[in-house]
Amino acid sequence: MKIIVCLKQVPKNDSILRINEQGTWIQDRDLTYEINESDQYALEAALQLKEKHGGEVIALSLGPARVQTVIKEALARGADRGIHLEDATLDNLDAFGISTAIAAAAKAEGFDLLLTGLQSDDYGYAQTGVIAAELLGLPHATIVMDVQATDGGIRVKRELENGFFQWVSMPAPAVLTIQSGINTLRYATLKGIMAAKKKEIKKLDAAGLGLDTASLTPKMQFRRVYVPVKSKQTQFLEGSPAEVAAKLIEKLKNEARVF
Amino acid sequence: MLTTPPNPNYYTPEHEQFRQTMRTFVAREIAPFVNEWDEAEEFPRALYRKAAAIGLLGLGYPETYGGTPADVFYSLIASDELARAGSGGVLASLLSHSIAAPPILHAGSAELKARVLPAVLAGEKIAALAITEPSGGSDVASLKTTARRQGDFYLVNGEKTFITSGLRADFFTVAVRTNPDDKSAGGVSLLLIERDTPGFTRTPLKKMGWWASDTAHLYFEQCRVPVNNLIGEENQGFRLIMRNFNSERLGMAAGACGFANVCLEDALNWARTRHTFGQPLIERQVIRHKLVDMTMKIEATRSLLEDLAWRVEHRLGDPGLLVAQTCMLKNFATQTMQFCADQAVQILGGMGYMRGERVERIYREVKVNMIGGGAEEIMKDLAARQLKW
Repeated sequence: MKIIVCLKQVPKNDSILRINEQGTWIQDRDLTYEINESDQYALEAALQLKEKHGGEVIALSLGPARVQTVIKEALARGADRGIHLEDATLDNLDAFGISTAIAAAAKAEGFDLLLTGLQSDDYGYAQTGVIAAELLGLPHATIVMDVQATDGGIRVKRELENGFFQWVSMPAPAVLTIQSGINTLRYATLKGIMAAKKKEIKKLDAAGLGLDTASLTPKMQFRRVYVPVKSKQTQFLEGSPAEVAAKLIEKLKNEARVF
Repeated sequence: MLTTPPNPNYYTPEHEQFRQTMRTFVAREIAPFVNEWDEAEEFPRALYRKAAAIGLLGLGYPETYGGTPADVFYSLIASDELARAGSGGVLASLLSHSIAAPPILHAGSAELKARVLPAVLAGEKIAALAITEPSGGSDVASLKTTARRQGDFYLVNGEKTFITSGLRADFFTVAVRTNPDDKSAGGVSLLLIERDTPGFTRTPLKKMGWWASDTAHLYFEQCRVPVNNLIGEENQGFRLIMRNFNSERLGMAAGACGFANVCLEDALNWARTRHTFGQPLIERQVIRHKLVDMTMKIEATRSLLEDLAWRVEHRLGDPGLLVAQTCMLKNFATQTMQFCADQAVQILGGMGYMRGERVERIYREVKVNMIGGGAEEIMKDLAARQLKW
């Protein structure tokens, strides 16, 4: 089974977050990074599938030079090789742009399964895997908790609401977005870290992927990022009980928007 | 607590990756349980296998025996990160092989290495070093435990004390006098003694700190130990012991620096969140000065530690001078730990005196670091001798 796992580098969850000078996102000079949480479970799921069925696990990440640490971490945990999509024109893409780049790289590589985490801890779009599947014309499943190989395909367990689950079968190749907490993450062992130094990390840029970067211009942009301001306000409603009740209902409905 | 980037002269991206592994391992497998283990005065034996699985126990050992060759900076990182659990007792017992196994690796026979090292580095067996005796610890050349040759065996009689992992260890690297006519260093050898050897008994010892570490008094009464268990040549053990002390002292300095840093971290967090008279503690000049004094000493210790580690790794300088520097570093680092533990408990106030706080435990573990592996006074004497003063 040839599995590509998409790994996103995100700010560590204990990072001190400060808004940048433009007020459009967080200031990245203060940040330290880690692998997005649900992507780590996707990687572990891939490694377990490889241990069971054989094959190859390829760690794929998109971003500047610093994302190599994410790929190296995956290699140290047992991935066989890495693909780094690095190109200044691929920075600051929206979910569609990121998915387009990933889909192009995955298509060129060929695979049985393309795994992503359910969603990223920074933007939280939960779109990458789904859009990539559509662009590739492949079946997909989201919020996946278990993956089993079947003849010619896979059977996956999806998490629904209120403790319900759903088993879905589909042919391979397919794209899955993996839920956090579905397995026990392995450590990057000292042996693994040393062995990773000899593993290949292939670099690809937009031209190498045959991407028309102009078409990837984000269709969505952040206007302003700000810290919510807590405030409180007291109003006295006057009138008869019926009038006060009516005013209260109106305010709850139109101002507080509680229903 | 400074968050400067790692010095690229010492640390590669792989070192930092290992640091991350160690940090996760400590946070997941050790830190949540240290209070419970401290009160129980032991930790689960399974921790050895877990530590072996990430490569911690085999760090720096040849692959032939299940280890992973790695430079000294990986060891510094391991000590630094293990300190974050705030329990020197766990660290001491978990890594007791780091003082017991090197003589076997460097001087043991091929058979002895194959019998002991793979099992220890896999976390299946525990190894301990037994040097100190009731009559003295620092004066190794005067040890009284005897090993008299009788055919293919040595007959061992004597006592050892303050032995880390003494109760649970399977293999003991024991200093013995094989030449009864030579009462000096020349009559000392190292023997591997196994736990089930008839005549070998152990009793536990209660201590000020390091509660999670099992520490024992060992008794050898007419123990028959095969001559094949001799580590290195007969009567040549003293040199092995001294060589072993150097790496132990560097490791202890790294641990002391790590514990000092934990004290700073906890004191800083407390000072930021604790309010008195309408202000956080950290706004008080007297507290700020304490925190800066702690940081200053830790930074100086870390710089010395890394510089010396680099020199040792690259064998840069006269060996005697490196020994002297190691002695001085051990003293400096443990004094830093003592200062920072004292300041941290003071800043945390009543909370710093409470069981379960990292700084409270570290405070109780200061003295073992200033005494074990070579007492301060011995370190100064040895340094002066190595400097040919």
